[in-house]
Amino acid sequence: MNIPKDLLYTEDDEWLLLDGDEGVVGITDYAQDSLSDIVYLELPEVGDSFEQGEAFGVVESVKAAADLYMPVSGEVLAINEALVDEPEKINSDPYGEGWMIRIKILNADELDDLMDDVAYRTYLEERED
Amino acid sequence: MPYIPHSEADRQAMLEAIGARSIEELFKDVPEGVRFPALKLPPAASEMEIRWELEALAGANFTVADGPCFLGAGAYHHFVPAVVDAVLRRGEFYTAYTPYQPEVSQGTLQAIWEYQSMICELTGMEVSNASHYDGATATAEAVITAINVQRKRRKVVISPRVHPEYRAVVRTYTQGMGLEIVGDERLDADLPQVLAHLDGETACLIVQSPNFFGQIEELSAAAEAAHAQKALLVVVADPIALGLLKPPGAFGADIVVGEGQGLGVGLNYGGPYLGFFATRMEHVRKMAGRLVGQTVDVEGKRGFVLTLSAREQHIRREKATSNICTNQGLVALAAAVYMAALGRCGMRQVAELCYHRAHYAADQIDGLDGYTVLRDRPFFKEFIVRCPRPVAEINEELLDGWGIIGGYDLGRDYTHLQDHMLLCVTEMNPREEIDMLVEALEEVSA
Amino acid sequence: MSKPLIFELSRPGRCAATLPALDVPPAVLPQELVRDDLALPEVGEADLIRHYTALSQMNYGVDTGFYPLGSCTMKYNPKINEEMARLPGFTRLHPYQDEETVQGALFVMYSLQQFLAEIGGFAGVSLQPAAGAHGELTGVLMMRAYHLDRGEAQRTVILVPDSAHGTNPATTTMSGLQVVEIPSDERGNVDLAALDAALAEHGPRLVGMMLTNPNTLGLFDEHIEAIVARVHQHGGLMYGDGANLNALLGIARPGDLGFDVLHYNLHKTFSTPHGGGGPGSGPVGVAPALVDFLPSPVVGIDPERSEEDEPFFTFVHPPKSIGRVKSFYGHFGVMVRAYTYIRILGAAGLRRVAEHAVLNANYLMSQIKDLYRVPYERVCMHEFVCEGRFEDAPDVHALDIAKRLIDFGFHPPTNYFPLIVREALMIEPTETESKETLDAFAAALRRIADEARSAPDLLHQAPHNTPVRRLDEVRAAKDLFLRWQAE
Repeated sequence: MNIPKDLLYTEDDEWLLLDGDEGVVGITDYAQDSLSDIVYLELPEVGDSFEQGEAFGVVESVKAAADLYMPVSGEVLAINEALVDEPEKINSDPYGEGWMIRIKILNADELDDLMDDVAYRTYLEERED
Repeated sequence: MPYIPHSEADRQAMLEAIGARSIEELFKDVPEGVRFPALKLPPAASEMEIRWELEALAGANFTVADGPCFLGAGAYHHFVPAVVDAVLRRGEFYTAYTPYQPEVSQGTLQAIWEYQSMICELTGMEVSNASHYDGATATAEAVITAINVQRKRRKVVISPRVHPEYRAVVRTYTQGMGLEIVGDERLDADLPQVLAHLDGETACLIVQSPNFFGQIEELSAAAEAAHAQKALLVVVADPIALGLLKPPGAFGADIVVGEGQGLGVGLNYGGPYLGFFATRMEHVRKMAGRLVGQTVDVEGKRGFVLTLSAREQHIRREKATSNICTNQGLVALAAAVYMAALGRCGMRQVAELCYHRAHYAADQIDGLDGYTVLRDRPFFKEFIVRCPRPVAEINEELLDGWGIIGGYDLGRDYTHLQDHMLLCVTEMNPREEIDMLVEALEEVSA
Repeated sequence: MSKPLIFELSRPGRCAATLPALDVPPAVLPQELVRDDLALPEVGEADLIRHYTALSQMNYGVDTGFYPLGSCTMKYNPKINEEMARLPGFTRLHPYQDEETVQGALFVMYSLQQFLAEIGGFAGVSLQPAAGAHGELTGVLMMRAYHLDRGEAQRTVILVPDSAHGTNPATTTMSGLQVVEIPSDERGNVDLAALDAALAEHGPRLVGMMLTNPNTLGLFDEHIEAIVARVHQHGGLMYGDGANLNALLGIARPGDLGFDVLHYNLHKTFSTPHGGGGPGSGPVGVAPALVDFLPSPVVGIDPERSEEDEPFFTFVHPPKSIGRVKSFYGHFGVMVRAYTYIRILGAAGLRRVAEHAVLNANYLMSQIKDLYRVPYERVCMHEFVCEGRFEDAPDVHALDIAKRLIDFGFHPPTNYFPLIVREALMIEPTETESKETLDAFAAALRRIADEARSAPDLLHQAPHNTPVRRLDEVRAAKDLFLRWQAE
């Protein structure tokens, strides 16, 4: 399982790349593997705002459909339009071309609720049991 | 033992393999106090006995084949070609399950894909699902789709000229959803009065055309008004009428639903029937129900599968688009066979027979003293007649005196339409029957 | 060779129906109302019949062979049912005809209401819901209405086991209520400690609990009476999902176990055919407290129009009805089939159904459990769940086993459900299968277990001999191709 060091993680398998007071969000390698071939992606509009834990979109594969949850409260600054036409990039490159939204982080304190790569790895191992 | 093949020897061998001494032992987890109740049911009948019994029960009924029928109101005496049942009786079709294993279900899957295509063509829409239980539940599902599309809106505007039972089912289905359903408080409201309810809170407008009274509605006006408020236009349509009339898709409908019973399904005392549901591709993921898609197999051969299942209950669970599990598989097959058998020319011909005969009947009845046909809007196969006596009385005399099944008593559902009868004429009513009806109506008018 | 589409067989000018000529003067027909064209197929009757015959030959039904789909109860569909449902005295009735003209039909409906009430142990039955999921929605709406009627609008929570069928949580959400999931214990029962914790937290807001018993693991809950008592204690109602009723006919009545409402599946338990995905029929039975809330109308007797030994059947409207859940009265054609079945079996026959369904399932389990792990060391009911995987062949999945069974001439069992068992295979033989069929199926599974180690590609590439082989479902979902269109 690929779990990059420089990212933060949620219990719902989203990742957050911190970039000053902005962030980039996507889903982890574990998530894309569980879903298997992703066929569809629904993203919010630029300008939408969501609270931490609120659903900002939906990802759908042949066997499952899952909501995407905000790691922290934020306002959507950009969405990965290309991904909507080629959602399979989430499977092939979940941390690169599979990025979903760029947000303005509204409450930096909420970052403390997220896991680092070590904690996320442990979390995944516990789930397997 | 009917349908159970086991001999005593079989049972013994099986119990031995299981390691149990008796079949009763297998039920030890069932609490003793309630175990093995004596069910009070009639004693078992042999096949020939049950046949005599049911033939007698069936024979006790007066059917639409025993005399002319002019009753419509949402269920219709339409032609059922012999080919339909010939196909339905094939065991590979009717004893199959939902096609979850596509490699052994290509028959069902291709037939449903063809059905979907034909419904699209008939309604003028881009995509159809594999069907709902009936026209009423399809309408309720249209409301649910509309509120999934327009997520922040909770208001539904519905015309009182939509079938009363459909309006009731929409309310039952949505009673836990916190919706506001308006438009039919005044049962005598006309379309402009209904459209006046539209606003920025409205998720959808529901109109029926031909409506419950048989009248063809102003769908352009409805579409314009709904879209001006960014509400979806849901049209409840009659598939037989669509053999002749411009389809709702051509007017800008967003969702088209209706009762498919007229498409070779037969009356069957109310069911099983068929709810069709068609919409635009942009709403396909918010649509409930099963969907068959075309694809290829590992060898590149064309094949069909159930698709977009991720929206459905068995995967999405509490976030499913709806809880629906079954469609009306075999009934959709019947409709597909019907549409293929009648085809481009036949469906047009059936519709014309309905239209012209209904208008002939209306003209003849209008000419009778005491009867007035309401003609404020164009109609297809049903029309309203104001009668000189209560409808129930007239119908009783028509039945007793002529063996005629008369029209629907509109006073039952519309307080302002006491003594108004809804008469239906289809391709199953030859001219002689219409003439007999006219004669009978004249006789019973006093 | 794939079969042509009906549209590909179409040629202009053909028609497979004969219609009479117009026998009245044509009326004025405003052109602006008329459609431009209708691109439906144009085929002759022989081509039409050959087309659908060819399609049917690509299908596998119960009439073809063994169909062990768990929780679907794919039992044999008796042919007498088909004959009775097709009697013209039934098929040619308009639902709005005067009640006097349809007493034979109303007798069948009234009797079926009575039979189902007796079989389930309930006070009232509605035949209106069209299918199991529809019956579920009806049941949950009744439970909600019951509490609202008693002024308890704060009750919004429904408990659902983690083994439940997806329709259960979906129905709950549709009814505007909230799902709280209860885990199962290591013996496959509802975890009582977890149930107690949930009741402690949600008790005052409890609408009730939805339970399938036997559950989707094929197991009869060992604590059923305790569960029911606890839920009732907190003012909640018990909803029974009757999908697995085949194991209980004449064995135990859900009403006697304390269930307040149950939906029946006529197309599972009562032998009506599945039709390739419907039509089914999902009547609901209720305890006395809920009778007034049944969907409207139900069939009753009108004392004023009844005679000595000839009751007059009529439609009645329950005073606190949740309303109508579909148009007309339900799936009458399906009701006739179920009525016929119950009359042919009688009480003794129905009990034998359950006994042999359970016998068959336990026997089949005994023949394969050494090779396919059954996670629960218990006697099963009418179905059982095993794992479709092997420790020493990790690349083989339940899906591969299922597809390989097709090569042996069997329809696969249910895959990947319930979610709480890994690589689940849910197997329900039903009572209408002979010992030879079960032995042949067991033999196939044993051979496949062997192939999984010695020739796994046979499994991965299965099925080999069907009209189409494994289909690209990803492509079907991505490149949505949902209808035919003219070039």
